[in-house]
Amino acid sequence: MKRIFADTHLKPNLADMEHAKRMIMKAAELGYSLIAVPLPLRTPESYAAQIQSICKEASIDFASRLDLKPKTAGELTHLLRKFRRKFEIIAVVCEAKAVARQAAKDRRVDLLNFPATDFRRRFFDEAEAELASKSLASMEIDIKPLLTLEGQERIRLLSTLRRETAIAKHFHVPIVFSSGAADELTMRKPLEMAALTTLFDMDKASAIDAISKNPIAIVKRNRGKLSPEFIAPGIRIIRRGKDCP
Amino acid sequence: MDAIWEALLRLFGEYGASKTGLTLIDYGAEKRLAIIRVAHTEVEKIRAALASITKIATEPAAIHVLTVSGTLKALRKKIK
Repeated sequence: MKRIFADTHLKPNLADMEHAKRMIMKAAELGYSLIAVPLPLRTPESYAAQIQSICKEASIDFASRLDLKPKTAGELTHLLRKFRRKFEIIAVVCEAKAVARQAAKDRRVDLLNFPATDFRRRFFDEAEAELASKSLASMEIDIKPLLTLEGQERIRLLSTLRRETAIAKHFHVPIVFSSGAADELTMRKPLEMAALTTLFDMDKASAIDAISKNPIAIVKRNRGKLSPEFIAPGIRIIRRGKDCP
Repeated sequence: MDAIWEALLRLFGEYGASKTGLTLIDYGAEKRLAIIRVAHTEVEKIRAALASITKIATEPAAIHVLTVSGTLKALRKKIK
């Protein structure tokens, strides 16, 4: 069966829809079947509709995504309560340890994202992984810093990613590999993204899963939950009213 | 080729680069298409090095792998 690839972190300039269109067309050309674009908290519907129509034109699936950057654990739970049912993917940028821990154990969080260059704020350790393994959160790795950083900073990032991916593998925390691209030149083909993971010793099968199986599973799960037929995990409405025997 | 060698050396060092057997076979400036030969065991390394290229000389650029094949004949057939 042919693999479906997803890039769950495209960051086009939403004020310039032509730029967004170019990036979405490029994603389709590179072989992605699903993309996710972080939408702003205010008026996400209008942007989502525009991106949806571009994606339809490019024959590519679109998933709405929200990036949350809370300062405290309380703020995170408040934002999740408010926005969880409006977006298909919720990512939390963990800039504080308390936020990272809360995000890892909250089943409403899909992706844990850590600052690429601020190594003191990368809180993905054994404790974080254990919490994440019991919830539904995956660790997200953007490739953009791997391309843009140079010298010592890239060496340090690779070393951190090597440690973190080993921890994630040990605790069975899914990894999602996305581009984090804000322009076409930092977008890469799925197999090129997978090849870049060899730099931090990820095996090829896990790398391919990180750009296909894992992100697709998140979107599928959340679409199921957001559908009006969903009642609880494993329970959904299959017939209504007169359809019932 | 300079950009590819530079990326390869930066990521894998002289020892790693020496194992790839990287050679330029053909380059068409009009189509902006190059054919390179590498050891089959080192394909992923080369793919990573090509993906890490963000500029050629001083110009921002990206290189994508169109296809990989075991023989030049099959490769040319694939990219036609």
